[in-house]
Amino acid sequence: MERETGAREGLKGWLNPGKIGKFGIERLAWLLMRLTGLGLLAYFIGHIWETSHILDGKAVWDKSLEMTQTTEGHLFLALVIGMCVFHTGNGIRLMIAQMGYGIGKAERPDYPYKPQSINMKGKACIYATLGMAALAMWYGMAVMFA
Amino acid sequence: MMVLRESIIMKIHYGTAIGALSLTVVHILMRLTQDFHESLAYENVIANYESVGYALLLELLLILISVHGFNGLRVILLEMNQGPTYEKAVTIGCLAAMAGLIAYGSRTIIMTSMGMV
Amino acid sequence: MMATLHPKLSEERSQTVVSSTKSVKLKIKRSNPNVNSEERFDDYVVPIEKWTTVLDALLDVKSHLDHSVGIRYSCRQASCGSCGMKINGKPALACFTKISELDSDTITVEPMDNFPVVRDLAVGFERMINNHKKVMPYVIRDDSEIDPESGMREFLQSPENVEKYIQFSSCIKCGLCNSACPTMAMDTTFVGPQALAQAYRYIADDRDKGKNKRLKVIDESHGIWRCHFAGSCSQVCPKGVDPAMGIQLLRGYLLGIRD
Repeated sequence: MERETGAREGLKGWLNPGKIGKFGIERLAWLLMRLTGLGLLAYFIGHIWETSHILDGKAVWDKSLEMTQTTEGHLFLALVIGMCVFHTGNGIRLMIAQMGYGIGKAERPDYPYKPQSINMKGKACIYATLGMAALAMWYGMAVMFA
Repeated sequence: MMVLRESIIMKIHYGTAIGALSLTVVHILMRLTQDFHESLAYENVIANYESVGYALLLELLLILISVHGFNGLRVILLEMNQGPTYEKAVTIGCLAAMAGLIAYGSRTIIMTSMGMV
Repeated sequence: MMATLHPKLSEERSQTVVSSTKSVKLKIKRSNPNVNSEERFDDYVVPIEKWTTVLDALLDVKSHLDHSVGIRYSCRQASCGSCGMKINGKPALACFTKISELDSDTITVEPMDNFPVVRDLAVGFERMINNHKKVMPYVIRDDSEIDPESGMREFLQSPENVEKYIQFSSCIKCGLCNSACPTMAMDTTFVGPQALAQAYRYIADDRDKGKNKRLKVIDESHGIWRCHFAGSCSQVCPKGVDPAMGIQLLRGYLLGIRD
């Protein structure tokens, strides 16, 4: 394996918000996919640990549930719902695109060379996914705060 | 180090994603079949675990999400740094963490569903 | 900092015919890693016309204000792929970017990200070229184009089949796609969008028989699967290659969707 030495942007190339302005919503989706993935894995580990308290009896179970039965806990769960919906929706979009669907057809390019793979269908999917995540968060909060 | 080709790993990644999605929907719907807070009551959760079908669903969900999640983490970590020792450590570390989490979660599922609480 | 004008340069400057009333400030990132790790921005004010490109402005600086600015360029018509750089934060060809279209009084030019800097705006292409070679960018066949029996002949290609890959054969190896790619920002061993798009170009060519060899090269831990379709490569390609499309189409072979 050959490694290249020399200038690399490093984490700035991933997290710099200026990149999203320069490269569009697809770059935001790329970053959110990563962050929501990490967030969901962290939540999942916590969820497995939390549910293991069922083995310690009712009192411990009820106490462990109290952690998420607060306003902050509900807001945290709402964020998890949002992350889950976005990661799922965007994941489906990526799977479809990675199978070669919805990215246009290879053909002789004409000036001014608009890339076919970066199209309105893809952008609409990302906006719809963000919208669905927001809706799911709102619904989750309505259920939890009811 | 690489036992599987990356394309096989990614097919597993996609497959576990689809599987986990389907089962998560069922898992969440189970919380909504009754009042959300009530569904999390100790007795109701125990009853859930004691149903063999639901326990199997939870076990499968645990495996699918663990495989998908830790492979995703492996991918991010491999992109963050490179080098043979680091990459070996990342692969082994993610596999170990995945196995550990599956074992820990399975312990809860098996013991609860067998009434060992 | 504003660069001080050498007396001789000042004299040359006074001899140039300036028809424009407009000017723009060029902020050029200067560095020479072979000497020290210092990095700085030097400012130069240059006259511009409606048609002035960033390369024209840089050459104006080089001719009249500071001979030492390091740039690489050749064709001045977006054919050679030499003058790729970061212009106002986005990778672009200097010769293909008109200053009037940037809508800014200050133009910041920096070397491309994710490439080792040679000096100032010139970067090293060794790794990109090595990855390009790694995907075997030529038609692989057991038989030869030269048939000793009947003399030289060509492998025939139909116009319909040309359309399947012609888009990807426009690559000029300028490196803009690799510079924009977020994976390249961290992964020093990633094969990169340029090489992946070229792998697709040859696999899609029905005269080629090297599909399996190429797929083996790219199906490794720092190969095609490290692309997550951020699409930044396609946004900056000056030739309409659309590497992101090529990569997704290429994945189809590895997923068993495409033959």
